[in-house]
Amino acid sequence: MTKTVLKGAITSIAILAGAGMALAEGGLVINGDLELTTEAPAADHLAGHLTTVYSGWVFRDSFTQAMEMDDFDNPGMLFVDAGEAMWNEPAGTSGKACADCHADASESMAGVRAVYPKWNEAAGEVRTLEMQINACRTENQGAEALKYGKGDIVSLEAYISMQSRGLPMNVAIDGPVADVWAQGKEMYYTRTGQLELSCASCHEENYGNLIRAETLSQGQTNGFPVYRIKDSVLTSASGRFVGCVRDTKAETYKIDSSEFVALELYVASRGNGLSVEGVSVRN
Amino acid sequence: MAENVTPRVRVPSSAAAGEVITIKTLISHIMESGQRKNSDGNLIPRSIINRFTCDFNGQNVIDVTLEPAISTNPYFEFQAQVPEAGTYTFTWYDDDGSVYTDTKDIAIG
Ligand code: HEC
Ligand code: HEC
Repeated sequence: MTKTVLKGAITSIAILAGAGMALAEGGLVINGDLELTTEAPAADHLAGHLTTVYSGWVFRDSFTQAMEMDDFDNPGMLFVDAGEAMWNEPAGTSGKACADCHADASESMAGVRAVYPKWNEAAGEVRTLEMQINACRTENQGAEALKYGKGDIVSLEAYISMQSRGLPMNVAIDGPVADVWAQGKEMYYTRTGQLELSCASCHEENYGNLIRAETLSQGQTNGFPVYRIKDSVLTSASGRFVGCVRDTKAETYKIDSSEFVALELYVASRGNGLSVEGVSVRN
Repeated sequence: MAENVTPRVRVPSSAAAGEVITIKTLISHIMESGQRKNSDGNLIPRSIINRFTCDFNGQNVIDVTLEPAISTNPYFEFQAQVPEAGTYTFTWYDDDGSVYTDTKDIAIG
């Protein structure tokens, strides 16, 4: 009897080791049941540049990858909880909570994250999720705008993003957003800073290669908001862009600038087809 | 007063009598070490969780002293043998005097 149990234990250890080996190429499965797409055929607009797009998850070490595979081990979930609390809490002069107008986020916000940044007809502008959250705060709640990049706004974004986890990124690039998208594309391929590097120099020409001790990814945004182990903080895409532009030793744009809106739209469209990861974990 | 402190615990809902289970706990907390300075050069006061305990049906399972060098959102994973059905009680002690608790029931079967 004891022998059988022991044998069982050894077999399961062998299987575990196998799974560990395969992690880098294997799938991203959350909580053992939700399979996310981390590798997809590149969108048509990337013809001549990329044939396959990959989530940043693929490039991380197995330890970091594993943290994202279990909601308990993913520290980003703490911010999702904080975002949910904010969702239900009245704010501003209106005394209204997000939930008063949008009710159950699992219905009203399903699919929203996957199509942002997107055109807002009434405002006549492209909006990132951060912009839309602040628009609702200032115009609908009578509350003050929140600072971009990290903190409360990213917790709200995380909660909204979780309602689309597993859905493919599907950002529109034509129609009213075409000009802004083209501006973002131009920025992506323009070399800047003392190092004269473009986003493409690192994330298109060198993904998979090491930069100092880090493996470069394609710089996709489908995983945002991202929990960064390095500084134990949940970061939005705009927050990440500031860091990446600084890395080229260039003067960065303001985090809430129209330039970063254009860049966020363009970069998001490069990830069309990859799953929204809700909140991801990166180093 | 540390803000947004939320404990999270994962315990299996059932186990065989005598089985060894894995317990995971996480609490969101800034864990300010007391060593850092703010932009004005003044020391930021220490604010940490200094003790964590887990009890089962009134009997202590684990009692941990935490030091300032422990990073934000302290995470503990440990194993415990389940002698009988009952309740795990988890307690975190904050420098500011706050005490946070969570409980989880476990059945035999
Ligand atoms: C007084 C009502 C009201 C409140 C309060 C409110 N919103 Fe909105 N929200 C709206 C309206 C109206 C729209 C636009 C409806 C539409 O076109 O989808 C909207 C749109 C949105 C969208 C875009 C949805 C989409 O499909 O593109 C998001 C995201 C959003 N709100 C988030 C929030 C958050 C987060 C809060 C709380 C911080 C909040 N809202 C509070 C009324 C409100
Ligand atoms: C000097 C090289 C370099 C340049 C230039 C650069 N980045 Fe990055 N970027 C990095 C490194 C290193 C990381 C962290 C590892 C990774 O995911 O590639 C990163 C990460 C990212 C991520 C996070 C990906 C994820 O899955 O978490 C995004 C998004 C990103 N970069 C966008 C950009 C954009 C947009 C530009 C142009 C403004 C840019 N980067 C320019 C080096 C660079």
